[in-house]
Amino acid sequence: MSEALQELAAIIELKRPEAVQSSVIVHGELTLAVNLANLEHLVELLRDDPACRFTSLVDITAIDHPERAQRFDVVYHFLSMYRNHRIRLKVAVREDEMVPSLIDLHPCANWFEREVFDMFGILFSGHPDLRRILTDYGFRGHPLRKDFPTTGYTEVRYDEALKRVVYEPVKLVQEYRQFDFMSPWEGAEYILPGDQKGTTK
Amino acid sequence: MMDGDIRRNTYDDGSTDFETGEQRIRNFNINFGPQHPAAHGVLRLVIELDGEIVERCDPHIGLLHRGTEKLMESRTYLQNLPYFDRLDYVAPMNQEHAWCLAIERLTGVQVPRRASLIRVLYSEIGRVLSHLLNVTTQAMDVGALTPPLWGFEEREKLMVFYERACGARLHAAYFRPGGVHVDLPDQLVEDIDQWAVEFPKVLDDIDGLLTENRIFKQRNADIGVVTEADIQKWGFSGVMVRGSGLAWDLRRAQPYECYDEFEFQIPVGKNGDCYDRYLCRMEEMRQSTSIIRQACAKLRVEKGDVLARGKITPPKRGEMKTSMEALIHHFKLYTEGFHVPAGEVYAAVEAPKGEFGVFLVADGTNKPYRAKIRAPGFLHLQAMDYLMCGHMLADCSAVIGSLDVVFGEIDR
Repeated sequence: MSEALQELAAIIELKRPEAVQSSVIVHGELTLAVNLANLEHLVELLRDDPACRFTSLVDITAIDHPERAQRFDVVYHFLSMYRNHRIRLKVAVREDEMVPSLIDLHPCANWFEREVFDMFGILFSGHPDLRRILTDYGFRGHPLRKDFPTTGYTEVRYDEALKRVVYEPVKLVQEYRQFDFMSPWEGAEYILPGDQKGTTK
Repeated sequence: MMDGDIRRNTYDDGSTDFETGEQRIRNFNINFGPQHPAAHGVLRLVIELDGEIVERCDPHIGLLHRGTEKLMESRTYLQNLPYFDRLDYVAPMNQEHAWCLAIERLTGVQVPRRASLIRVLYSEIGRVLSHLLNVTTQAMDVGALTPPLWGFEEREKLMVFYERACGARLHAAYFRPGGVHVDLPDQLVEDIDQWAVEFPKVLDDIDGLLTENRIFKQRNADIGVVTEADIQKWGFSGVMVRGSGLAWDLRRAQPYECYDEFEFQIPVGKNGDCYDRYLCRMEEMRQSTSIIRQACAKLRVEKGDVLARGKITPPKRGEMKTSMEALIHHFKLYTEGFHVPAGEVYAAVEAPKGEFGVFLVADGTNKPYRAKIRAPGFLHLQAMDYLMCGHMLADCSAVIGSLDVVFGEIDR
């Protein structure tokens, strides 16, 4: 299995040397790191090349790494039903960069890109209809970013007096419980309560 | 001018027919759902109609969005498992399966054989559950009332099997990383086998009601035709692919668990319309019944543990009574949870509705850094606009029915 993938990676790197930054095979899955400028070309090659034939786009998603300069990783999964193999492409994107839309190559990229935009705020250039998809009409913020609180900012309820649904800032009776079960002598990177004195030295 | 004549005649003197305001408005926008019985949940379709012909169909989804992926980032791997039951709530265990496979692939855990067989058994029960609901409610969408009543009777029996295995009828949380939660009693295996013997008779009854039914055929044949090119363009999977003649099934193409040792056929359709997809689902239920019987036969001889004992699974109850280490392990497992080595993995299973996948990014802690749920229904529904254009409004419910959408997984 992995020899076939290695061969495949070699073929792709040979045909698009400028696009592929690196390729790794982990857990029997081939992952290519791709640079943003050459993404469309590479996807087109993957779709049309007889050795690849990645004709179906399985998934587009993103990963947020707030500590990196290129904050997001946009991840594409492709599947070839004809040659029975899969591939994953990863593109690192800065917050202010736009990613080329793949709608012309794979029409099903439409909703995936809308979802990534909705959840991460990554813009796709060339997308005809980049609306929010999963969140509420008029929602603000991008929930899957790491700096977005899980509780959100607004809550809704039905107001008996106004006879309509009203939006209000979140009021929690109790703080959102982010349990931390890491042993203090193993992992904790913050000062434990009662330990403040120890660090002032 | 005849009543209902839509032409606008021009006469020699340059005058034209008088048009009322109503005649001048051509296209008509309607809202289908979110509270429509044929919308299979909370689907809102904004449909632009030219007479009765659909010109544009824009699905608005997200009314059932619960932020599962966000919630998962602040919970341990084990706490995240029950969220998967709530995705496609028609066949809960198939979803859990993908999550368990992803974790097992990252941690490199080998599932014991008995657990593997139980997983296959319950995945197939899930498939029958889902197809039963889909086939019969699709019949209801196009006007039949009896099939859902018959189908739900069988579903009820299968729910009892769920309940007897894990205590819950729906939200099972039965598949665990490293195996399944508890072993099946011998009697349950016998009862499932007995059910599988009787079930084809019920299928024949539903078959007799629907397959040659004139109304059902008229409503479904040649509606929502999907070609091979469409499959690739819109990323279809599951029955949407097989209905069009491609024998693509992950259980066969990329075998996971122990599907490679089971005998089963992959039914394919010919025309790729709603009717062929219905036929595929009916045949798949028969195939699943046969897999269930094979799994029961194997389970009778295959005894042993159902959990790979180790870091990611709890110790045996008996050990906890005598061993301090086992007790600590149990406590740490259910509070801190287990750690998954850093890495990325995409695990997909052939869920009843198509390819259900989990893309898991682990960072070495006890919580997933990012988990993306790839639901088959999301892509199928996306093609709604493409499939509906040019069809009549009444075909809408037939197409939605045969796309097999469940909003738990689409909205996540």
